[in-house]
Amino acid sequence: MMTEFTCPIPLAEYPRVLLAHGGGGRLTQHLIEKMLYPSFENPLLVPLHDGAVLPPDGGRLAFTTDSYVVQPLFFPGGDIGRLSVHGTANDLAMCGARPLFISCGLILEEGLPMEDLWRVIVSIREAAAEAGVQVVTGDTKVVDKGKGDGVFINTSGIGALLPGLDVGPHRLRPGDEIVVSGPIGLHGIAIMALREGIDLETEIRSDTASVYPLVEALATAGLDVHMLRDPTRGGVSSALNEMAKRSGVGVVLDEEALPIPAEVEAVCEILGLDPLYVANEGNFLALVAEGQGTRALETIRRHPLGARAALVGRVTAGHPGVVVMRTKIGGQRVVDMMSGEQLPRIC
Amino acid sequence: MKYLDEYRDAPAAEKLLRQIKTVVGRPWVIMEVCGSQTHTLLRYGIDQMLPEEITLVHGPGCPVCVTPVEAIDQAVALAGRPDVIFVSYGDMLRVPGTEKDLLSVKAEGGDVRMVYSPLDAVRLARENPGRKVIFFAIGFETTAPANAMAVSLAHRQGLDNFFVLTSHVLVPPAVDLIAASPDNQVQGFLAPGHVCTVTGYREYETIARERRVPIVVTGFEPLDLLQGILMLVTQLEEGRHEVENQYTRSVRRKGNRRAQAIMTEVFEVVDHKWRGIGLIPRSGLRLREAYARFDAARVFGLQGIACQEAEVCISGLVLQGVKKPPECPAFGTDCTPEHPLGAPMVSSEGACAAYHAYRRQETTDFQNDEGRASARQSRRQPEGWPSVVKDAGERVG
Amino acid sequence: MCLGIPGEVLSMEEDAQGLRKGRVSFGGVVREVSLDLVPEARVGDYVVVHVGFAISVIDAEEAQSVFQLLQELEEAAL
Repeated sequence: MMTEFTCPIPLAEYPRVLLAHGGGGRLTQHLIEKMLYPSFENPLLVPLHDGAVLPPDGGRLAFTTDSYVVQPLFFPGGDIGRLSVHGTANDLAMCGARPLFISCGLILEEGLPMEDLWRVIVSIREAAAEAGVQVVTGDTKVVDKGKGDGVFINTSGIGALLPGLDVGPHRLRPGDEIVVSGPIGLHGIAIMALREGIDLETEIRSDTASVYPLVEALATAGLDVHMLRDPTRGGVSSALNEMAKRSGVGVVLDEEALPIPAEVEAVCEILGLDPLYVANEGNFLALVAEGQGTRALETIRRHPLGARAALVGRVTAGHPGVVVMRTKIGGQRVVDMMSGEQLPRIC
Repeated sequence: MKYLDEYRDAPAAEKLLRQIKTVVGRPWVIMEVCGSQTHTLLRYGIDQMLPEEITLVHGPGCPVCVTPVEAIDQAVALAGRPDVIFVSYGDMLRVPGTEKDLLSVKAEGGDVRMVYSPLDAVRLARENPGRKVIFFAIGFETTAPANAMAVSLAHRQGLDNFFVLTSHVLVPPAVDLIAASPDNQVQGFLAPGHVCTVTGYREYETIARERRVPIVVTGFEPLDLLQGILMLVTQLEEGRHEVENQYTRSVRRKGNRRAQAIMTEVFEVVDHKWRGIGLIPRSGLRLREAYARFDAARVFGLQGIACQEAEVCISGLVLQGVKKPPECPAFGTDCTPEHPLGAPMVSSEGACAAYHAYRRQETTDFQNDEGRASARQSRRQPEGWPSVVKDAGERVG
Repeated sequence: MCLGIPGEVLSMEEDAQGLRKGRVSFGGVVREVSLDLVPEARVGDYVVVHVGFAISVIDAEEAQSVFQLLQELEEAAL
């Protein structure tokens, strides 16, 4: 995403964020009126008002919150701003809800280049438009230099539950089929590659994107979706392990079926990482009733974001709480819960 | 990826397994020496696919696991110093010392950094002239030439702020110790392919001859291990005890002369203590006198650090192949990857960690059967296997 | 021990210190690797890389050995 307009805060005057910008006084007003409010302008966002009053909705609501602390702030395929919108919109989608409204809480570090803040705000605006959400309320604080990592963002989101979808761990059943909506490992590897200075002939881009349209498609197709989960931190392994433990079922995966892009595989080989533990931001796991896997796959694949979707496993009554994978060469192994951070190995 | 993918071919693996089943006529106990080989065997589930007659024992080829507690404690002490940038490979960061590990030191404010190559450590020294950069140089013979090159480079660049804390180990003395031990059950060895890429395999010929055990130098991909096991079992069935080379695409009998030369230039052979095993004569490397000024242990005078191993940890027995991880009373309960009591649970290569990650199901069966059932008895296909395979036929091309 | 990954040598050069380096492609991921330990390596060769150092040049013919074995087993079975 490109900065279409120049930064509305005069950079010559304020090249960097100051403590006063978070103080609540004139500079805070300046920041809100010149940069924040115009970027998110919508009927529900009232500047300098403590909250937003939302229109009534007939159905049930979903509510979620997430904080974003990614480093580096800018990476191929996105930045912390884009991530903060799509991440929260996707959490709502995983509840089976249409994302509607988000709040945006910023914690800025004194000394953050104003240009960087502007880039992040523009990203938030563009991502909100993509995800179909409105930023209706927010907050800005500034902490002393050295006490923050440039930018921390918290977004909370409200969404409306889609009729016909009842998803959650309580619905998992042996026999349920598992579909992944897109390629695995892109986000985490894009970040890793940048951090480790790994040269790539084809740049790996984070897959940060809003997956709601795919969820809506599944609901519209009348599929019996039992569970939705986006495999963010900890990757596909953590998502499936948590599900298995929470619901007391086993999971069986087929390694050959996993859609792992060649570049992700290559970087994982080099660094000694396992793609199953790498974070994703633009895909999700759908667990559907037995017998509906193929239809779910076809439904998702009709959407460009779901072009590389795959049927990767099923839920079983055996080995409750444990995820087992049939390996490429026909053996089997347990895919365990990750402990701590995944450390690249040389051994 | 070329030279990787083709060695992971399922039909080829199946054929090799069938051939192994054809050849094997009696029970055999074999050891794969290298931790990376253990990793492949468990990660692909190969050990469960082998015929019942073959018992695999996991060897001590995990340099992270065998680094003595003293070395970790020395590392922790140095990393805590404000004038130090402590640099290490990722694997070492979570290995527990007597009190803590390097990641804890980092959390407490120590400047601890991870690198993928020792040259990165030298670069850090160049870029930070005001700080002391100490590199944790661990590894087997595979890594020794790279670490030696780093020291040599620092020497040529006249750096006075670059140091190495070494804990280098040599494989052949350990294999010989195991083969010579009166309790030894291991009848044949799969020797580490990348160690031998550097050293060649002449030293193993002595071991094979004197201890009367066949040794096959083996690679790290599924087909390599299966071919290596096939060659080893064939020798055992035929009563031979020679050294053969499976990993011919990378290993030559004389090894890599250039790599050996730089090792000899910078390092000398010394006695070395292996964590969990004890002292093995002439099994370690130390910087030569000419490079003493780069030796962190000598320069920073690290002696007399009292250290202690957790008593319940049986890592020594696991490393020598005498016990399997699930037989340890602390396995999966007091000792897990989150709070490891010994190194083999921390390192991704370590037998305990590999078992914990890939084999937890068996553990439960082990403990349920009051520890008497063998791991293989509880081996079974999880429910739903055939259906997954069938459905997988619908997979997107 | 030993994560040794095979990669293709795309280019080689000597740096300011006279050390041989190369750009090596691992399935499309290109990294700089020290070629000091493999003086015989040429552009187009595949090398096994460990901690940023090439430790051997892969012998393409020998790489076929397991596949030749499989071929022989296949023929023997017929």
